[in-house]
Amino acid sequence: MNNSVAITGNSGPKVRSDCEITLEIRQNGGISIELISRVKTLYGKSIKSQCLEILSFFNIKHAHLKINDSGALPFVISARLEAAVKKLTDTTKECLPDLIPENTASTKRDRYRFSRLYLPGNAPGLMINAGLHSAEGIILDFEDSVSSEKKDESRFLVRNALRQINFYGAERMVRINQGDRGLYDLDFVIPHFVNLILIPKCEDALAVRNVDQKIREIQGKFNIKNEVYLMPVIESALGIENITEIARSSSLVVAMAIGLEDFTADLGVQRTSEGKESFYARSRLVIASKAAGIQPIDSVFSDFNDMDGLKQTVSASRAMGFEGMGCIHPRQISVIRHGFAPDASEIGKAMDIVRAFEAALKAGLGVVALGSKMIDAPVVLRAQKTLELAERLGLISCDWRDKGPEQQA
Amino acid sequence: MTVKTVINAVGRAVPSEINGSPVIPFKGVGKHRPKGRKYAPPIPSCADYPEDGIKLAGSLEEALRKCGLTDGMTISTHHHLRDGDLVSNTIFDIASGMGVKDLVWFPSASFPCNDPVIRYLDDGTINRIEGSMNGPLGRYVSEGRMKGTAVLRSHGGRVQAIQDGEVKIDIAVLAAPSADAFGNARGTGGSSACGVIGYAKADYMYASKVIVVTDNLVDFPCFPMEIEGNYVDCVVVVDKIGIPEKIVSGTTQITRSPDRLLIAELTAKFLEKSGILKDGVTIQAGAGGTSLAIAVFAHEILRNKGWKSKFGFGGSTRYMVKMLEEGQMDYILDAQVFDLDSVRSIETNANHVPYPVFNAYNYHSKGNLTSMMDIMILGATEVDLNFNGNVVTHSDGYLLHGIGGWQNCLHARNVILPIPLFRDRIPVIVDEVTTLCGPGELIDVIITERGIAINPLRQDLIDSVTGSGLPLVTLEYLKDEAERICGKPEKPEFEDRVVAAVKWVDGTVIDVVRKLKTE
Repeated sequence: MNNSVAITGNSGPKVRSDCEITLEIRQNGGISIELISRVKTLYGKSIKSQCLEILSFFNIKHAHLKINDSGALPFVISARLEAAVKKLTDTTKECLPDLIPENTASTKRDRYRFSRLYLPGNAPGLMINAGLHSAEGIILDFEDSVSSEKKDESRFLVRNALRQINFYGAERMVRINQGDRGLYDLDFVIPHFVNLILIPKCEDALAVRNVDQKIREIQGKFNIKNEVYLMPVIESALGIENITEIARSSSLVVAMAIGLEDFTADLGVQRTSEGKESFYARSRLVIASKAAGIQPIDSVFSDFNDMDGLKQTVSASRAMGFEGMGCIHPRQISVIRHGFAPDASEIGKAMDIVRAFEAALKAGLGVVALGSKMIDAPVVLRAQKTLELAERLGLISCDWRDKGPEQQA
Repeated sequence: MTVKTVINAVGRAVPSEINGSPVIPFKGVGKHRPKGRKYAPPIPSCADYPEDGIKLAGSLEEALRKCGLTDGMTISTHHHLRDGDLVSNTIFDIASGMGVKDLVWFPSASFPCNDPVIRYLDDGTINRIEGSMNGPLGRYVSEGRMKGTAVLRSHGGRVQAIQDGEVKIDIAVLAAPSADAFGNARGTGGSSACGVIGYAKADYMYASKVIVVTDNLVDFPCFPMEIEGNYVDCVVVVDKIGIPEKIVSGTTQITRSPDRLLIAELTAKFLEKSGILKDGVTIQAGAGGTSLAIAVFAHEILRNKGWKSKFGFGGSTRYMVKMLEEGQMDYILDAQVFDLDSVRSIETNANHVPYPVFNAYNYHSKGNLTSMMDIMILGATEVDLNFNGNVVTHSDGYLLHGIGGWQNCLHARNVILPIPLFRDRIPVIVDEVTTLCGPGELIDVIITERGIAINPLRQDLIDSVTGSGLPLVTLEYLKDEAERICGKPEKPEFEDRVVAAVKWVDGTVIDVVRKLKTE
């Protein structure tokens, strides 16, 4: 390594919960630390001793360290300093913060994934409270939201976030970069109990298999047993053409998502709110997903101030068969969760149908009737699915059969 | 000279004397009974005032000279012009030019625009400020650079101190958006309208001398008058008393922070599920982004249920005005006006009523408004495990805010503090508050993004939301959670010297702020 000075992290008047580290490794003179911090009185000593420990961990004996801190939590300081050390030295040692017990939880293949919140992988301020907003998943993003010169340092930050931030039961997802860079990203997240990997701009089964293989390699090396699932993101015409093979490319694939900004760019057309230009592709993705027994997930809605527009989009999306959407802002989460959940009148109708069906079974009748209408098997099946969903979302209790309809609200 | 230190009823060590006068240590909520009679200013005579009622002085300096400005006097001002105030600093420009020393400035609040007075603290024109201090002024005092000791009072405590004669105002200099030559004045009209000037009421009634400063001289009578001319010595007309866009916000805005909105939503749910938000409710919330969001959510609940609030107490904002105009609130009683919609409302709507802080907050009176309020939404920089609150210092020991109406509002039936668990890395729930401004027995509910803690003294509130699905936790849990995320903070180190005293609503000393040890 040629450089003797490395700068990592962020500073500036609008930066919160982050720090900028300037590390200069020297030949002699011991360690000196210069700390500028708005929390210096409260945490000055602990920041300095934390940094000394990390430098000693990496066996650095002579250095000047400047920390421009805007209230960074310890795992952030640690990530920033490790990234700086690794810009200057060749070491394979990792300085890992404690793993909080909440973050070892595994996930289930068929859990609901209505809303998943994208978080830029190099912005700690947005990560700390992200889990409080009740999204089914949070996505720590290495790809489009991280500029190329920040890709390296974001890996340490995301790794530490996976170990330290309580996401309150949200599925912990990471969107890796494309290609080889993405495979390298996996080294930083697979050993740390990530639940699901999003594969961006996926165009063929090979891209998924490469990720699958790399994950198994890392899991073998670290003896990790928890399942890591995959969600390929389809963002091009070629991806849509190959969608069936992508859906079946790996047993780890549990969902497929569509990314409409890139998809419409690939087609050379404008993305419109009615979405005629992407209707075929979205429909294709829904059908391929359902055929493969996985969840179809819709694109993000990019105007986070337009809640009415979002509501309409969610309802159209659900009507097409999608089972979830991405979120770019926490305020979108509740709109999306409500939108994908069955409403009271749907639940009421489904209960009537299931009750009639069960009564007919009991009476040994082959034909199910509700009022003057005949009900056939697929209608019953759909009603059962609606109630199962309502039950899992806590909208109705499992003993709904014993209660009158007025008690369900 | 050594001053005796005593431990007061909340366990804080406070001096028995401040700025050379004896003070009473805090005895407990409602424990201190004042003795004696109210203070009265000297009796004036019409013989000394012009028969035509025209009291115009050629300049503020002329008026100050006429009122006998001299060393050691106490000069009061109000803060209705907020950060657009062009009058207060001028007083001290003039005093310094006249070579006057050791003044006491007694504002109802100070703002960043008042930072230039630091040079008059440096040159000895001003001995001390008895009023809120933040920013550079707070830093100046915290570092022990002010000669006298600051005294921090709530809005109600300030009025009580004036009424009881703890503070004797020599000259009140009262900026007025409209005034006549006799001295009648109001907060509306002209180019510097601030809506109301109710904070000036105790000042003009009890000061020895009163100067009204206006940039909008109107014909007699200036009506409806908030300041009555027969209390006024001089009227001064200047080009501008304030910078309009800094007096009121064009528009107050609810918070856009998703985390703060989450706290606001949780607070609204608490209000609804606990049953304290009900038909006929009385409510007060501040102008901060989170409070405004709570007002919006509460408005929605009232509308959906077909309920009405009997009255809201301002600082009014456009969100409160909306409740009034859309029929979910019968009256706004108003001590200060925060945005243009509220200025318009108070000028045109008979149910939007000016209500001086003198009547609303003064603890040494025959009852006041705050204990009649059902719901009180407040903030705090720190809350400790005994529910004690701090609003004046930052966790690093620097003076950060004035008390405002905070202490007075603690007397409401349900005091709710929606606050984040930590700000940047700084925990808000702590072992012990840096400065104790309000005793925990008056603080009922702490609502953070990571859970709701209800004061064990309020078993009725605990019962009302048990089983409601709201995330009920203890303060200990919240403190541990904050420290788990942020790490355990160190405490700032202080020297012995007292730089500011914090008064309780009854004039007793509840805590002091000491000089910070600086490197």
